[in-house]
Amino acid sequence: MNKKYEEIVFLHKPKENKLKYAIVAFLVGGLVGLLGEVLIRIYVSCFDLSRNDASLYMIITFIFMASLFTALGFFDKLVVKAKAGLLIPITGFAHSMTSAALDYKNEGPIFGIGSNVFKLAGSVIFYGVVSAWIFGMIRYLWEVLV
Amino acid sequence: MILNFRNVYLDNASTVCGPYEASGPLGKNFDKKYVDDLYCKEKSFEKAEVRLLEDSLKILLRKTKLKSSDIDLVIAGDLLNQITSSCYASLKLNCPFLGIYTACATSIEGMLIASTFIDSGKVNNALVACSSHNMTSEKQFRNPTEYGSPKPKTATFTATGGASVLLSNKPSKIRVVNGLIGTIVDYNQKDAFNMGAVMAPAAADTLYKYLKETDTKVEDYDLILTGDLGLYGKEIFKDLMKYNYNIKLGSNYNDCGVMLYNLDEQKEVLAGGSGPVCSALVNYSTIIKGLMEDKYKKVLLIATGALFSPITVYQKENILSIANLICLEAI
Repeated sequence: MNKKYEEIVFLHKPKENKLKYAIVAFLVGGLVGLLGEVLIRIYVSCFDLSRNDASLYMIITFIFMASLFTALGFFDKLVVKAKAGLLIPITGFAHSMTSAALDYKNEGPIFGIGSNVFKLAGSVIFYGVVSAWIFGMIRYLWEVLV
Repeated sequence: MILNFRNVYLDNASTVCGPYEASGPLGKNFDKKYVDDLYCKEKSFEKAEVRLLEDSLKILLRKTKLKSSDIDLVIAGDLLNQITSSCYASLKLNCPFLGIYTACATSIEGMLIASTFIDSGKVNNALVACSSHNMTSEKQFRNPTEYGSPKPKTATFTATGGASVLLSNKPSKIRVVNGLIGTIVDYNQKDAFNMGAVMAPAAADTLYKYLKETDTKVEDYDLILTGDLGLYGKEIFKDLMKYNYNIKLGSNYNDCGVMLYNLDEQKEVLAGGSGPVCSALVNYSTIIKGLMEDKYKKVLLIATGALFSPITVYQKENILSIANLICLEAI
């Protein structure tokens, strides 16, 4: 009976248009990249910065914009439309932290914001550090041994 | 087992809703609407949910011309941890209080308990209330409210509102005929974004048992309503009734989750409404009005609830479900 039920559930499961989502994410993600490059060029030419420093300021700009738009309440609607296109770049990381901070502001600075701000981003940081360590070790051993 | 009630009547009901419900097709039927503010003029979403329920209790007392000291028993439930919304909202009533929980099946569970108390002569009247808030449930069960996580089309949207109903032994236009307390079922479902598929078997189980034990047919009722199966769950429920029990549901069947919103225009609600207040908003505004105006003679209300917590979902446990049923009749 359970098998038949799975069939009924499957029959009434609407198809998600994955190709469309992928194309939208590709285009929006590309657009974010393009905007980043434009910002770097502007920073390099206007503020007389090295390309490395300019990339840093570009990232800070993106984090600021994503956080501001989240606080103003419309960034989540953009993310729902653009999906991975806005979630994978640094904008998604900033969005996850700001939204968590906003959500828990009523519980106070310690038990609210402080302990919940990494609710979503914590996994990214933790596994980012772990994988950086693993790949760093591989690279180090490669250089020592080869 | 069918609970038969000889002397229980539905006196009146009240509904208060948030912006999404107000702009839905039933918007004009609600007693009070917070049209553009999910905070309902409060500082937090949790406080907003309490206010929605408090408002609905106040409106109901005004409608029934009763004082809170006239109420013998208050039964309330909601979705939040330790059903805090119900407790805070009921504080000012200063009445004996029973807190209950079967997720989105709470409203009918409350009516069944209240009817049993009244029919046994223990109390003369009882107030049954429930609430939910889209943002408080998002925060508790899913992601932060401002986080734009993409959801599949089968996901449902927790309704925002507070709803209450007064049952009494004083004869009125609507009689509570009988009801059935649901059984917990497990159909091996794990997808928290497809609650329709989780709850449809519970609804089918309850409806089949009720029809069998009362020896009635689907056609004997003017309306059969499930609580919050949503667009896809509704179809699963129909197919399951046909396949398991050979019962065909016709045009007298509908789902409150589908009725509460305009699914073509309000795209953000995806497959439809959910939450304890979803079925309560539809039943207490539109269906009770229909019974009072003799539009319907006899209706079956089935509220469906998914029994889980975020922790059981992360631990990959199956999501359980339950459905409670009550039969109302216009006299």
